[in-house]
Amino acid sequence: MTYIAKPSLHHPSLTLNKVGYTRRDYEGRISTLCAGCGHDSISAAIIQACWELDIEPHRVAKLSGIGCSSKTPDYFLGASHGFNTVHGRMPSVLTGANLANRDLLYLGVSGDGDSASIGLGQFANVMRRGVRMAYIVENNGVYGLTKGQFSATADRGSKSKKGAVNSDSPVDLVGIALQLGATFVARSFSGDKEQMVPLIKGAMSHGGAAFIDIISPCVTFNNHSGSTKSYDYVRQHNDAVSRIDFITSRDEITTTYAPGEVIDVQQHDGSMLRLRKLHADYDPTNRNAAMSYMAEHQARGEVVTGLLYVDPLATDLHTSMNTSKKTLNSLCAAELCPGRAALDKINAGFR
Amino acid sequence: MIQPISATNDFVIKFANVNGSGSASANELFAKAVLRMGVPVSPRNIFPSNIQGLPTWYEARVCENGYYGRRGGVDMMVAMNPQTWDADVAEIEPGGYLFYDSTRPMPPTRFRDDVQIIGIPLTEISNAAYSDPRQRQLFKNIIYIGALSVLLDMDASVFEKLFAEQYKGKERLLDSNVKALHLGRDYVKAHIKSPLGIRVQRCDKVGDQIFTDGNSALALGLVYGGATVAAWYPITPSSSVAEAFQKYCDKLRVDPATGRHNFAIVQAEDELASIGIVLGACWNGARAFTCTSGPGISLMTEFIGLAYFAEVPATIINVQRGGPSTGMPTRTQQADLLSCAYASHGDTKHVLLLPQDPHECFEFGAAALDLADRLQTPVFVMSDLDIGMNQRLCEPFTWDDARAYDRGKVMTAEELEAGKDFGRYKDVDGDGIPWRTLPATHPTKGSYFTRGSTRDAYARYSERGADYIYNMERLLRKFKTAANLVPQPHRRDATQKTKVGVIYFGSTSPAMQEALDVLQADDLHVNALRLRAFPFPDSVNAFISEHEVVFVVEQNRDAQMRSMIINEMDIDPAKLVRVLHYEGTPITARFIAAAIRKIMRSETATVTSLPRQKEVA
Repeated sequence: MTYIAKPSLHHPSLTLNKVGYTRRDYEGRISTLCAGCGHDSISAAIIQACWELDIEPHRVAKLSGIGCSSKTPDYFLGASHGFNTVHGRMPSVLTGANLANRDLLYLGVSGDGDSASIGLGQFANVMRRGVRMAYIVENNGVYGLTKGQFSATADRGSKSKKGAVNSDSPVDLVGIALQLGATFVARSFSGDKEQMVPLIKGAMSHGGAAFIDIISPCVTFNNHSGSTKSYDYVRQHNDAVSRIDFITSRDEITTTYAPGEVIDVQQHDGSMLRLRKLHADYDPTNRNAAMSYMAEHQARGEVVTGLLYVDPLATDLHTSMNTSKKTLNSLCAAELCPGRAALDKINAGFR
Repeated sequence: MIQPISATNDFVIKFANVNGSGSASANELFAKAVLRMGVPVSPRNIFPSNIQGLPTWYEARVCENGYYGRRGGVDMMVAMNPQTWDADVAEIEPGGYLFYDSTRPMPPTRFRDDVQIIGIPLTEISNAAYSDPRQRQLFKNIIYIGALSVLLDMDASVFEKLFAEQYKGKERLLDSNVKALHLGRDYVKAHIKSPLGIRVQRCDKVGDQIFTDGNSALALGLVYGGATVAAWYPITPSSSVAEAFQKYCDKLRVDPATGRHNFAIVQAEDELASIGIVLGACWNGARAFTCTSGPGISLMTEFIGLAYFAEVPATIINVQRGGPSTGMPTRTQQADLLSCAYASHGDTKHVLLLPQDPHECFEFGAAALDLADRLQTPVFVMSDLDIGMNQRLCEPFTWDDARAYDRGKVMTAEELEAGKDFGRYKDVDGDGIPWRTLPATHPTKGSYFTRGSTRDAYARYSERGADYIYNMERLLRKFKTAANLVPQPHRRDATQKTKVGVIYFGSTSPAMQEALDVLQADDLHVNALRLRAFPFPDSVNAFISEHEVVFVVEQNRDAQMRSMIINEMDIDPAKLVRVLHYEGTPITARFIAAAIRKIMRSETATVTSLPRQKEVA
């Protein structure tokens, strides 16, 4: 992410990661979002996470729907292919892309209008199927590009910039993702990069459907008093269940913690999520407990953040479909076409 | 007393059944037996949108001359459904035959005195032989097939051989079916003078043709064409395309060494997701398709516009049914031409392939995948219920093992590395088709951002008029290129020079062949052009120019193909005469010939479909 044009020539002193890229190599075009937009902070966190994960940028496919959030994939990972699809339908396009090539990393970027309003059905079904991806909703509770209408995640009773009060119940994407079987569910805040980066890293290393709901204030239309998605509101009501560290399988673990203070969760690829507990009773591997914890705390007006649920042994759609290890898009005619002799037999069966 | 109909290898027999009674397999057995005797037959299912209980019909035309269109009229009615008795009896041609279950006596008023009545106590025979209620029902169907076989002079051995093939390894089922067949045969031999005036006689008119349905054929074509990703949502009459694809993949696409699948099939949550999955897979370099019908197309249109404008390949199978809205879900029409050819908002045009039978369904299924990749655009295969859900005799499927898949213009890592200029939306070859790259091709070169908004030739967001025009004009150029790549029209000229032409396509084909013969016998000469795809190549315009009048025969109300011809080629509408049949049953030769004859003899007003077309002849 960047909103000032920078020279494309890199300073020689920039640090290279293990695959030989500088952090700048993960940037994209200049952002066209408003100055101070929470989404730009998320783009910066994605850049940071991918650089730290030593992912080659071109091994990521970034897909989005329509809206402010969905424009952002143009502003990071410029060397990755991106697909800005239609409104609310990114999940299906991502599913198809993933089926075609299981070897790439899929990053889905969406917004609250895109995923909770027009695209609620696709959001729900992609979680059900367990498509391997990191699905990020940049959630600001408002339609920015069409100038400030409420979205489906706006809390009941929250006030628009023009003073209208929202009377509809909000869609809770985290609750839905938990209920429908997502195997990595987190919430974060665009003002907390320290929390976002390890969560994104965890999601991108996850073996199944990973979802992060990131509250991302809209500085232009939803950052006033009376809004429950403003910087001030989220800072005041942020209730993090834990602090998370992402540890790759290569990293050496040096810090020691007292027993009971941390939970280590090892994912399928060997990476470790080290959670420093902020709530002694919180167990992020218990789906039902996560759901009731969320319900209780949200009822009190708290914005629960952190890694809410993870199934470290999650599998994905390819596992359940038993698809070829070789990517479907690389299979050639010899592997796909049964040939003339088989056809002659089929013909004989039709006589 | 009217003379009974006398015809060998040329009659229509119609079975009136109750949905869910197990009659379908018995009726198919009858059709296959006729084929095994070397006599062509074309059956059609006429069924309601229902699982169990409502009326269903199976109409089989036995025709040594090889006319596979629906003829119209019924020579013999097998009336197994009391619910529809009166209408079924009324449909029989004078001199025809009524076959019924005489277990319960019927008052004489329920019959006609101008048809031959053949009463057989089917229920009584079945109940005497079987005790299980389900068996009584199922074998009653086989008993009537047995009875018919004697009445129509068909050998028991033909049926016995079919049973032996079908129940190989299931000897108990084999024996009980053979037994039921003979129960019917024995009764007729003992009680009814046979054969009737209509009968089947062995001949050699089937040859190496195959007997299958368009939906299975399409599925097989998609397997052969290399589709690896399928996404669909159940809808009549297209669901069996996906089901057949699954069946063939389970058989032909499982890696023998690993047991892993070289395919992925998603039954999606709706048609929007189905087409979305297809676009995602094709964007990422797989071959993917979805199959649907009219209502599904309506839901997909936003995505279809994206695929057109962002130039993502996609194969869309549309097995058309009666519209608009829910319309007639189990009836046939060709009424989605406009909604597919110009699907989505803004200026869009799409490639349509128009198969005439299962053989072309196979060919076009495979061809669509090549064309979609070559043209980087959605390609529709416009089948319909008549082709899709009925078994039809057709040429066997063929495949050349030397054939390679045409993956179109995909730039490789080597080409990028060598410094080849990559402009995703740039016309470098003059055919309007740009080059594309697949995700992850090269670490630093060739990435781009795919979007539905306007952009310049290098895929950079742009709202400049010049960039927009460049792109839209290039898309037109690409469409012109498509006209020469798609299956070309087939022409059949009359035996005499004529200024009258006819244009037709798709499932109208068998009826048209017959109508042309009928007209010629009437000394009415018509040159015919069968369209096999849209956009139209120049030969279509040339054909129209050669003639003073051109009939356009289609199965919809609004003459959609005629509109497309006028729209695309600026043809004078006065020259194109509508012949429209759209009441849900397949068009007949009788209807076409009557409509054309009427105009050619009188040159009066435009012909349109009558509410009940069968009287037209």
